[in-house]
Amino acid sequence: MALTVERVRERVRGTILERVGDTPLLPLRSFDGLRGDISVKLESFNPGGSVKDRAALWMVVAAEEDGTLRGGRTILDATSGNTGIALAMVGAVLGHAVELVMPDKVSLERKRMAAAFGAAIVLTDPLEGTDGAIAEARRRAAEHPARYAYLDQYSNPANPLAHELTTGPEIWAQTGGTVTHFVGGVGTSGTVSGVSAALRPKGVRIVAAQPAEAFHGIEGWKHMPTALRPAIWNEEAADVHLMIPTEAGLAMAHQLAREEGIFAGPSGGAAVVAALRIAQSESGRIVVLIADGGERYLSTPLWE
Amino acid sequence: MPVTVRLPGALRDAVGGDNKVSADGRTLGEIFADIERRHPGFRERVLDENGRLRTYVNVYIGEADARQSGGLDAPVPADAEVMVIPAMAGGWR
Repeated sequence: MALTVERVRERVRGTILERVGDTPLLPLRSFDGLRGDISVKLESFNPGGSVKDRAALWMVVAAEEDGTLRGGRTILDATSGNTGIALAMVGAVLGHAVELVMPDKVSLERKRMAAAFGAAIVLTDPLEGTDGAIAEARRRAAEHPARYAYLDQYSNPANPLAHELTTGPEIWAQTGGTVTHFVGGVGTSGTVSGVSAALRPKGVRIVAAQPAEAFHGIEGWKHMPTALRPAIWNEEAADVHLMIPTEAGLAMAHQLAREEGIFAGPSGGAAVVAALRIAQSESGRIVVLIADGGERYLSTPLWE
Repeated sequence: MPVTVRLPGALRDAVGGDNKVSADGRTLGEIFADIERRHPGFRERVLDENGRLRTYVNVYIGEADARQSGGLDAPVPADAEVMVIPAMAGGWR
């Protein structure tokens, strides 16, 4: 049976995980000459600091419900960081061991935060990136099926379901049903796919943003033409596909901090660049999701 | 003696598909210039219009972060291995 909002709420009652979701929606004020109005949904307000809290929570509760986590199995997944931190936090609260596979040389904040929540970390060859981590997680899961519950955020239907049943309806309610466009970046694609399922039937146009280059610096996004394709990704979930250069996204992250007081990560900056492109040519109420905060990148060259 | 430069999947097309290239030079800048001579276009993938390492590119000389040891002026010992990776992970094949 598919998971429901009520079931997830019941599972986390009385814990910090009750605070996952219901993130703020704020209008941007510093951009002139646009046809559309842009509002940002700030996912850094989740307790784990990113949008990934939603998918992590729903994937873990789904795995409890369907028996994947029976017998004290350890939660396993490949992640470039935010999902790892979220899974580690959820595992700590709900009483599951967590093992994360991530490329070596990911930012120090990510490794330390996941470890702070008690997760074990397996580092893979940094030259193979997230896709190398996925391959290693698959290998471990296949070799020790009784030891691990491999959640596989790239294929897990509970990932988009979390957004279909929480993120999408929140945006609809917060805008009083006036939202016309949703803009999100594509990594696992869970956010765009889930919000699309919730809001497209109501007439909302869905905009999916990707890095313009294969070699990019937009943490968490995937350049789909060259990356391992997530099983949950379907191009037809979006009406518009935009390719955003890394440098433009990083510059926007700086601009958002200086002019709006919004400290966003690289993907948030890149998502706002995509929203601006839409707002220059189309009128309406455009909602763009900012996946995490800039403080998660302080040890990288981004803020030097 | 040439230095080995290891590259991520997303940069391999810039050097003809290999996951590593050999290059000559005593500094990181000289090594990148040598790769550029043989593989035109490589330089702009890793350096910005001011000739500095792009914000999202990290380079390690052995285990040392090149940014912390002089950037493009960082010395590269003859037997060193250089590794170029994105500063932030995003996913590529």
